[in-house]
Amino acid sequence: MTENTALVELVGRQYQHGFVTDIESDTVAPGLDEDVVRFISRKKGEPEFLLQWRLKALRHWFTLREPHWARAHYPAIDYQSISYFSAPKAKTDGPKSLADVDPKLLETYAKLGVPLHERARLAGVAVDAVFDSVSVATTFKERLSAAGVIFCSFSEAVRNHPALIEQYLGTVVPVADNFYAALNSAVFTDGSFVYVPKGVRCPMELSTYFRINAANTGQFERTLIIADADSHVSYLEGCTAPMRDENQLHAAVVELVALDNAFIKYSTVQNWYPGDERGVGGIYNFVTKRGECRGRNSHISWTQVETGSAITWKYPSCVLRGEGSIGEFYSVATVNNYQQADTGTKMIHIGRDTRSTIVSKGISAGHGQNSYRGLVKILPSAHGARNFTQCDSLLMGGTCGAHTFPYVEVKNPTATVEHEASTSKISEDQLFYCQQRGIATEDAVNMIVSGFCKSVFKELPMEFAVEAQNLLAVSLEGAVG
Amino acid sequence: MLIVEDLHVSVGTTQVLKGLNLTVPTGEVHAIMGPNGSGKSTLSYVLAGRPGYIVTSGAVTFDGQDLLALAPEERARSGLFLGFQYPVEIPGVNNVYLLKAALNAARKHRGLQEVDAFEFLGLVREKMKLMQMPETFLSRGVNEGFSGGEKKRNEILQMLVLEPRLAILDETDSGLDIDALKVVAAGVSSLRDANRSFVLVTHYQRLLDHIVPDKVHVLAGGRILRSGDHTLAHELERRGYDWVVSEAA
Repeated sequence: MTENTALVELVGRQYQHGFVTDIESDTVAPGLDEDVVRFISRKKGEPEFLLQWRLKALRHWFTLREPHWARAHYPAIDYQSISYFSAPKAKTDGPKSLADVDPKLLETYAKLGVPLHERARLAGVAVDAVFDSVSVATTFKERLSAAGVIFCSFSEAVRNHPALIEQYLGTVVPVADNFYAALNSAVFTDGSFVYVPKGVRCPMELSTYFRINAANTGQFERTLIIADADSHVSYLEGCTAPMRDENQLHAAVVELVALDNAFIKYSTVQNWYPGDERGVGGIYNFVTKRGECRGRNSHISWTQVETGSAITWKYPSCVLRGEGSIGEFYSVATVNNYQQADTGTKMIHIGRDTRSTIVSKGISAGHGQNSYRGLVKILPSAHGARNFTQCDSLLMGGTCGAHTFPYVEVKNPTATVEHEASTSKISEDQLFYCQQRGIATEDAVNMIVSGFCKSVFKELPMEFAVEAQNLLAVSLEGAVG
Repeated sequence: MLIVEDLHVSVGTTQVLKGLNLTVPTGEVHAIMGPNGSGKSTLSYVLAGRPGYIVTSGAVTFDGQDLLALAPEERARSGLFLGFQYPVEIPGVNNVYLLKAALNAARKHRGLQEVDAFEFLGLVREKMKLMQMPETFLSRGVNEGFSGGEKKRNEILQMLVLEPRLAILDETDSGLDIDALKVVAAGVSSLRDANRSFVLVTHYQRLLDHIVPDKVHVLAGGRILRSGDHTLAHELERRGYDWVVSEAA
């Protein structure tokens, strides 16, 4: 038996989280116009300013065209065939405790291994679970609120902290920023909100599990994290999705604001359904994530492990406005079968002595296409700014692709910008070496890939690092040829 | 231990081994010598099961099993070790992590319990001392940034930890200075016993000054042309290989 056939046999394990929970949805008819936006806003009991903000976004969105500069190919999306609101039916105004939560929902979480109630306490993780656009349970409120940390669903934040929403929403990603951000601003239904007050170190990792459920429901998450002066917070986001034949659109917006000396660490493990081995189905993940280091010496760090989605279009970025602020981006992006990823980051240096680090590891297998697209922009005001970029690609087999598109714009002569890039293959020599030491092919591949990703994995919180490594192993099973 | 019968092997369209016969009894050390391109490395690789080395005819028995029917990792777990001529670098994969996985794969195969981290570290430290390797080696990636000599020592270290039934060392001596050569030879000698066999593939006789073989074979043109005791190595050193080839013709 040749290497190839052994490897091919290993390919194509079924997506492990493929199941659908049957819950009555309160779903609006497909289509998008001002009435739909008004419906969503009314349904959520929002204040007038937010409705007006949504309408402004919608009107702008109508003037925009879907962008196609990313290196991704997919059939045209009919935005009028999407239903923009779907919520599990509320018994009252929403569950007050886990006892009020639909048992089916809890079952789903159990399958996913979401650490709610006791499991969550043991794991030390607070979970704000987003299920079909509506948050159904939030834990650890007491412990967090004792520290003064606000961690709740976006809807709750709109009800209870409208001043913070009005002050910060859309200040990092404006409604007119891009096609998907405008769409999200118009129709987002829920998401997460975090506010860490001055001088507070958030006492636990904050975690949210997203999940797409009802058929044909685009998911438009909105996340806003504000770290006030001298505060510190680590936020974890992980996703799985049930198996679907139809493509589903996911267009989230995440905004981070770090004030003086604040630190925000945002970690993602993304495992949306990637489509089957022939490229049918899978999630379209068109996400806008941006953080602004608004204060002096503030620090934002993005870490992402992207293994899922049919198409990923995502550039977690940092606007380094505050003097001495720091932006970081650590990424592992994996494509297998017919997945396409166009991902990277933007580091916009505005303040003096700002620093940024980019470490991107792209892994391509099967017929996957993986593009790194990154912008390092040093504005005239950014004296002494520094950037270091390292961009490595690993190819598995001969039918995949890796592409690198680095953009560098330097408008200040005192800046230092370094870029390193490499492309390599998992070599037969490496595999054989491991096998000769008694290690099975699949384990050898995992070992080699983990080694390749080491500098990113070590940035992840401990429990996430383990999960990420497992996820990578599953998504690359048998992908070497 | 190892019986190779009439082995024919092709690499691509080239036939490299053309009816090779070799028997290595348990407890013996055999040296395979020969000119460049004679098929020495091919023999090492085909015994270890490297993809791309196609056996067109012949048979190999290892410890009574049909060696050629086993996957490379199964051969390794059964106790066949290949010390590579050019050990490959695997960036980011910890040296000790790989070695522990290797040892546990072999132990599992033999129905033994896996070793825990403490036990394992103790074992590795002991062997590292023998190979005169610094502590920093523990935290490095597999062969990552190693010098040629360090890579060869690392191969021998792996062998010492894995304690194979049969160790094939493919030109382990090449590229070593005399001190490193002594350390490597001491490592090999420390494992030499009545239950273990070695096949030393080498160009030069100098390794055989430190590890005296039970038998020396001359491999040329894809076949063993002559076998003898360790004095044959000295004769080859003096006279070269041509006379063996012409006498066999």
